[in-house]
Amino acid sequence: MAIVERPTAPLELPPGTAVTTRPLGVFTRPQATTGWRSWLTTIDHKRIGIMYGAAASFFFLLGGIEALLIRAQLAAPGQKLYSADLYNQIFTMHGVTMIFLVVIPLGAAFMNYVMPLQIGARDVAFPRLNAFSLWLFLFGGLFLNTSWFLGGGADGGWFAYAPNTGVTFSPSHGMDFYALGLQMTGIASLAGAINLVVTVLNLRAPGMTLMKMPVFTWMGLVTQLLLVFALPVLSVALFLLTFDRLFDANFFNVSAGADPLLWEHLFWIFGHPEVYILILPAFGIVSDIIPVFSRKPLFGYPFVVFSGIAIGFMGWGVWAHHMFSSGLGPISVAAFALSTMFIAVPTGVKILNWMATMWGGRLRFTTPMLFAIGLVTMFTIGGLSGVTHAVAPADTQQTDTYYIVAHFHYVLFGGALMGFLGGLYYWWPKAFGFMLNEKLGKWNFWLTLIGFNLTFGPMHILGLQGMPRRISTYAEGFGFEFWNAVATAGAFFIAVAMLVLVANVWVSWRAHRADPVDPGPDPWDARTLEWSVQSPTPTHNFDAVPTVSHLDEVWHRKYEENAEGKVVRIASGAEVAQPGDGTGVHLPSPSYWPLVMAAALPLIGYGLIFNLAFAAVGGVLVLLAAFGLGMEPADDPEAQHGPAGEGHGNGHAEDTDESADEGADGEEAGGEAVPAVTGASTAADRTPEEGSTDG
Amino acid sequence: MADTVVHEAPTAAPHAGPAAVHGPSHATSTGLSNTKLAMWVFLGSDCLLFGGLISTYLLLRHRVPPGQGPGPTDVFDIPFTSVSSFVLLFSSLTMALAVGAIHRGDERRCRTFLLTTALLGALFVGGQAYEFTVFVREGLGYTTNIFGSAFYTLTGFHGTHVSVGIMFLLGLFILSLRGRLGVERAETVEIFGLYWHFVDIVWILIFTVVYLIP
Amino acid sequence: MSTETSPQQAPVTAADHEAHQKEHPSDWVYIQVAIWLGIITALEVSTYFWDDWFGFDASATGVAVALILMMIIKFAGVCLWFMHLRYDHPLFRRVFVFGLLLAVAVYLIAMTALEFWSSSSASGA
Repeated sequence: MAIVERPTAPLELPPGTAVTTRPLGVFTRPQATTGWRSWLTTIDHKRIGIMYGAAASFFFLLGGIEALLIRAQLAAPGQKLYSADLYNQIFTMHGVTMIFLVVIPLGAAFMNYVMPLQIGARDVAFPRLNAFSLWLFLFGGLFLNTSWFLGGGADGGWFAYAPNTGVTFSPSHGMDFYALGLQMTGIASLAGAINLVVTVLNLRAPGMTLMKMPVFTWMGLVTQLLLVFALPVLSVALFLLTFDRLFDANFFNVSAGADPLLWEHLFWIFGHPEVYILILPAFGIVSDIIPVFSRKPLFGYPFVVFSGIAIGFMGWGVWAHHMFSSGLGPISVAAFALSTMFIAVPTGVKILNWMATMWGGRLRFTTPMLFAIGLVTMFTIGGLSGVTHAVAPADTQQTDTYYIVAHFHYVLFGGALMGFLGGLYYWWPKAFGFMLNEKLGKWNFWLTLIGFNLTFGPMHILGLQGMPRRISTYAEGFGFEFWNAVATAGAFFIAVAMLVLVANVWVSWRAHRADPVDPGPDPWDARTLEWSVQSPTPTHNFDAVPTVSHLDEVWHRKYEENAEGKVVRIASGAEVAQPGDGTGVHLPSPSYWPLVMAAALPLIGYGLIFNLAFAAVGGVLVLLAAFGLGMEPADDPEAQHGPAGEGHGNGHAEDTDESADEGADGEEAGGEAVPAVTGASTAADRTPEEGSTDG
Repeated sequence: MADTVVHEAPTAAPHAGPAAVHGPSHATSTGLSNTKLAMWVFLGSDCLLFGGLISTYLLLRHRVPPGQGPGPTDVFDIPFTSVSSFVLLFSSLTMALAVGAIHRGDERRCRTFLLTTALLGALFVGGQAYEFTVFVREGLGYTTNIFGSAFYTLTGFHGTHVSVGIMFLLGLFILSLRGRLGVERAETVEIFGLYWHFVDIVWILIFTVVYLIP
Repeated sequence: MSTETSPQQAPVTAADHEAHQKEHPSDWVYIQVAIWLGIITALEVSTYFWDDWFGFDASATGVAVALILMMIIKFAGVCLWFMHLRYDHPLFRRVFVFGLLLAVAVYLIAMTALEFWSSSSASGA
């Protein structure tokens, strides 16, 4: 058994620490570890990941209801269930919700929960900033949705082309909520992205070089870097829109000399990297799932990684293919058509790698595997229709028809969401300590797959027949009736499939309550580090931070080549797993301030729209929370997290816990380890996060 | 536990490159400080924010239709703005000196330079406020024309960055007064310094691109 | 590049710290850099008066190019010395330069697509 632990001595506080601990008169930090209050103040990446998932599921419900409303209206020709104006709001909010409040945060949910475990870290680099990201995303999303009660939702389409979004054409407050709400979720994502980038770069377990990281972590890193650099562009666009609408600026005022194409450029400079932000986490998930259930290593790991990086770079050079019909001029169109065709190459590389991984493998068709295969097939269809858009003349025909709607649902639903559902089934036992029911899971998959194809397959045909997207109703006699009816039926099919998922969670939980079955640390015979801790993951993640010597570290601890060169099992997953009873691990304390800071920003938003008094209150709260965060005694001994401070104290600096295996390991290596331990424990006092919290 | 490995230096720093000179007590994989890395990532990201604002300004400034109020050449007062530029440039120097002082453990000197930096920053923001009022008096309001909107937005964003910086400077100054900004916190000062210098380089861009190039 | 180690080693003393300061520039270096930056800024500002002094057309492309060159030098000066990039770990430089170059590239392409160069030379002249 090759589990590697560093035997440690009890934490020794270095004598005469230069920092005297005088808390600067701030509140004592919250201490609760159970109960609802502990969830509000938690800075544990696992809880934050779960809450990201829960919040995204709630918004998924909202967005799903909006989708059903759309399909209900279009089920038959000439229907007028809602006015064209309300219909505009519904499809705009459907798009905004699904993209910004469901798929991005679902990626964040998986990254928060899984990524620190995959790299062998105890938490992310800035746990409080992480909590701030979560709350700001949640409050920003709620802020956006309160527009329904305050004069109507946004109605300019999810990409909100100017000048349609100006006060003249969109007089309700909907677009104000859109601009400010997305600004907030943008800040949340930016803070989260900086945090996760630093985490991946800095908190990897010893021995885990970049090329030994699991593919999910790799794709997470690329995604977060894309977010870091793409979000500010969206911020600029949204600021310009906000100032135009609220303060009568002239950025998109054509009579003052504006060029509305400016919005389109800014939006799509963000918007195209955004497409890869949405899909790459799902690519990472299936790259982890497929090898496990094919019982083979991932085919061409470096190719998968480098194609992901290539997508990350090339994604910056294709944005204007969203604008082929806007009169860019022939040179721009030709250049962007060419670059768009090129970007299909790295994506194709990935699909080939997944297929080659499955080829010759001993496949196990579990629910996660089915969803992963679902992604590979459905995304391929969506990718191929995407390539047809790169042909600019054809695109002129397809733009703003249902063909486009079909395309992006195949990549977003058939791609991203399938991947996330697979990830949900795959990591569920790790997060909650029980398996989801396989039978219901398979029902869930097949119903989703059938419903999905019934809904979005026909839209290809509708689009090529010329049905424009975003029309609130259509007349009889254009040949749209049949396929629209099919699509609507399919949408309700998907709804049933999602109810099966909910039922599955409920049934499995009840079964678990009645007769708890421990899934064990490694229920899938998996390959990466998160499967070497108990299920559910202990609060402190790792009893001792592992040392990594291979890609697929956990697999290499379980299997070895024997003398004849055959791979044989040498240990079970339970044997190589850490027992999860580490004591004396110093974890950073929870904090109120992220919640306060995040709650203050929507106040500013309401203030800007309705009454500046709210904004003043919000501003004061932000300032207060910023100082609260900055002054929070990261090195307060009463804060029960030892001298290892907030800023970075979650990585290897805290390997000072008493190993459970002390008896076994202690004698062998205790002597050598001590200096390292003292060094690590003194690598302690850290400054407040001032630098990073102002981002 | 056959091949138990004990790693004395958790940094084993797989690809730390030159960072290997750090002592064995280093705690992160790259051997670099989390906060400092986060700050640099944030600054890299901020490049795209200001890039977008500057591009917007450049695109829009000459598009004022005739009769819609003053354009850039009508209002700019280069000598005045030049003084502001020197002030901000000088504040970068005092910031660098504050960082140098705290690294040597000279808290008093650091404190003095932090306060000087804050004052110079405030002088700059004050100058900007004065400039804005002059422009408004000359007939260029925020909503007057597209140049006004773009100009005030760009310089306003920069001014906000400076103001946020001043608040942090004052926070650091108070910390220092209370004896809580010793050499062990040198990195905080240094990281804040990065932010301050970044604000300065943005002004270097704005001064040339917005004011000097006609 | 060594400054970031120090805060993590409690107890830290100034002497400890000094040991890491070898690659740090002295105050005098900062002052020299600032003087150079000041001189360049003065040169930049002087272009504004060239028209009056030498009858030089300030809107000429040559002046614009000179101004942009001086701007780049100043930019690099602050980054390399004041922000320590010259002395620091290359990862910092890479992250920042990536953002910077990406911004320049992306926005230049966007401005080109918006036909900025033709329109500005028309109205700027």
